[in-house]
Amino acid sequence: MQSNQELEGFRIELRDWLEANCPAEMRGGEASEASICWGGKNFEFESDAQRDWMERAASKGYTVPTWPVEYGGAGLTRPQEKIFKEEMNRIGARSPLDSFGIWMLGPALLHFGSHEQKLHYLPPIARGEIRWCQGYSEPGAGSDLASVQTRGEDKGDHWLVNGQKIWTSYADKADWIFALIRTDREAPKHKGISFLLINMEEAGVETRPIKLISGASVFCETFFTDVKVPKHQIVGTENRGWDVAKYLLTHEREMISGGGQGLSGGRALGAVLNESLGEGQEMETTLRADAMRCEVDALAIGLTLERYKDQAEAGTGAGDASAMLKYMGTELNKQRHELLMAAGGSDALEWDGPLGNRPADWLRTKANSIEGGTSEVMLSIVSRRVLGLGA
Amino acid sequence: MANLVMTEDETMLADAARGFLDKSAPVKAFRDLRDAGKTHDAKMWKEMADMGWAGVLVPESAGGSDMGHAAAGVLAHEMGKTLVVSPFLSTAVIAATALRNVSDARAEKALAAIATGDVTYALAVDETPKFNPEAASMVATREGNGFRLSGKKTFVVDGALADRLLVLAKTDDGLTLFDIPADRAGINRTAQNMIDARDSARIDFDNVEATGEDVLGQVDSAMSVLKPALEAGQAALAAEMAGLSAGAFGMTVAYLKERKQFGTVIGNFQALQHRAAHLWCEIEVTASAILNAGRMLDEDPDNATMAVSLAKARATSTAQLAVQEGVQMHGGIGMTDAYDIGFYMKRARVGAEWLGDYGYHAAQVAKHRGF
Repeated sequence: MQSNQELEGFRIELRDWLEANCPAEMRGGEASEASICWGGKNFEFESDAQRDWMERAASKGYTVPTWPVEYGGAGLTRPQEKIFKEEMNRIGARSPLDSFGIWMLGPALLHFGSHEQKLHYLPPIARGEIRWCQGYSEPGAGSDLASVQTRGEDKGDHWLVNGQKIWTSYADKADWIFALIRTDREAPKHKGISFLLINMEEAGVETRPIKLISGASVFCETFFTDVKVPKHQIVGTENRGWDVAKYLLTHEREMISGGGQGLSGGRALGAVLNESLGEGQEMETTLRADAMRCEVDALAIGLTLERYKDQAEAGTGAGDASAMLKYMGTELNKQRHELLMAAGGSDALEWDGPLGNRPADWLRTKANSIEGGTSEVMLSIVSRRVLGLGA
Repeated sequence: MANLVMTEDETMLADAARGFLDKSAPVKAFRDLRDAGKTHDAKMWKEMADMGWAGVLVPESAGGSDMGHAAAGVLAHEMGKTLVVSPFLSTAVIAATALRNVSDARAEKALAAIATGDVTYALAVDETPKFNPEAASMVATREGNGFRLSGKKTFVVDGALADRLLVLAKTDDGLTLFDIPADRAGINRTAQNMIDARDSARIDFDNVEATGEDVLGQVDSAMSVLKPALEAGQAALAAEMAGLSAGAFGMTVAYLKERKQFGTVIGNFQALQHRAAHLWCEIEVTASAILNAGRMLDEDPDNATMAVSLAKARATSTAQLAVQEGVQMHGGIGMTDAYDIGFYMKRARVGAEWLGDYGYHAAQVAKHRGF
């Protein structure tokens, strides 16, 4: 436990560092999925400032502030992490790097990976060098994820992988994929899955973007034809990949929930709405009432995310929090974007119009309550595991 | 940012409180009180005082247990679960916080009397059907060294039972808070027949005398004393309503597991499962806001306004959902007086209005968030 004096010292040091290193272009503004820095070999930075910000943050471990220093993080304690967030929000700093490696694979590797795997895979994620995508869903395995059929045949020193994944977000831009592969076809469905790491440059891996209602193609189909995956590229134990998958899902769900803030970086919805109304215009009564309700809920959900982290730190955490956060956060985020559209009026009705990505972002949020487990699946998890209904 | 984990002390306090209340104040105790036409159990309040509850916010120097606002929230939460009626909020939370913000010998004495459970208080602020303390129009006219108070207050919770009243009135250049005995000449109290069967009164003040001694804090600046008192009360009330939500929810889920229709327990129907699960999610999210408000009042009271309003807003909407879902999922039996769920619904409605409703507090949050 650090003293308050030590923590204040950290805050002052951090504040100075942010002041000196976070470029002005990386502060404030309306956040959008399109402005995320994803990193990876194929990533095109939107500006030098974006690249500088990522590299400077990575050099301090601030792209993954809570990861251990040896794996590319800053090793921040929980109280330091809170200060980090407060100081980032204070100047409206954009996240220097976001990726599925950071949000999902990283936590799973930290929990299940060997020391060698951590040393090998984590630092390139922290530095934004390798971009990962997620191979979970299949055409026949959506909400019923454990029924995945993509198979890995045991060939001694490697598995031979064949099959198809779908909704693999940004697979066309990713360098590697973590995937659920059926390695035992005789076992019950949860007990025959392995969690494999696959290089997208391997022969036999093919991706095809899917055009979405938002006009973008963030989701892909990914095909595996006789892809060789060396045996050491497994996380956890053979046929016990479902444990890794579930653990990772809890992180995915928390990530998608965004702590109720979506991508707003802690900004108040009402303030954003006011901006888009233009000078002298006031929010009409129902919009304002809806915005207030969203703000109340967003703050409370944000506190809940923090409360669960505090509980986990204290070792008193209740399980199944991620299903709740995912459900509440994504339903709220959808409402927020409905209000953003309403505040934008006809300006929000044009692709790349006066409000830029707003309509695309609005449509994108509709997937929030589907991806990573639908709202209905989340409610079923809560009612079964927490409330003991219909067991 | 506050640490949002219950401390070991708080968990022990909650367990101890639950143990006492399950024995001495289950919902049945409230029902018996109501059936007897009573709104107060003086003996139980004395027992609570003996356990340090009345002095939860009274400094140890004045004989209090001084456990703080988060702990007061823990107690209020447990009381809410079984709809305990007591002067806890009015006296131990609101009045004690007001008095604590005044440092003089008289306040110290008053705090000591609160801690022992010997004196109860009620806060007389509302004049209109909606909470709006800044707009108080009751007048305190200067007369000699003192004042004369004339006007009407309504929805004075615990106002019929209280020994003393904290009264907000307009003075020459602002608002002033008075601390006067409830039986002073010119005060006429009419008990209100409240839907939730709790104590509340309409109070007429007819040229009531008040001396300079009776002023709490400074003349014309009531808010320096009243604001922290209101915020303490709002946070504790939010905690009580969260407890109420948990109580109603517990009853409801138990009923889902027991009631059979179509040859199975109704908790097997997904339509009800998902509604119950949604309610649980709302309760969990509200719990964070409640704990945060208590922590902010303890750690940074000058900047707690938004946290408190967030807690009261969330507690209000969650409690209203909990009781509406509770009655609906109980079906016909939920409509009967013989069944307890209706008590929760009525208490939630009163709690929703007291010390500011959802809209009042959501607007406070918005103001602090810059819109």
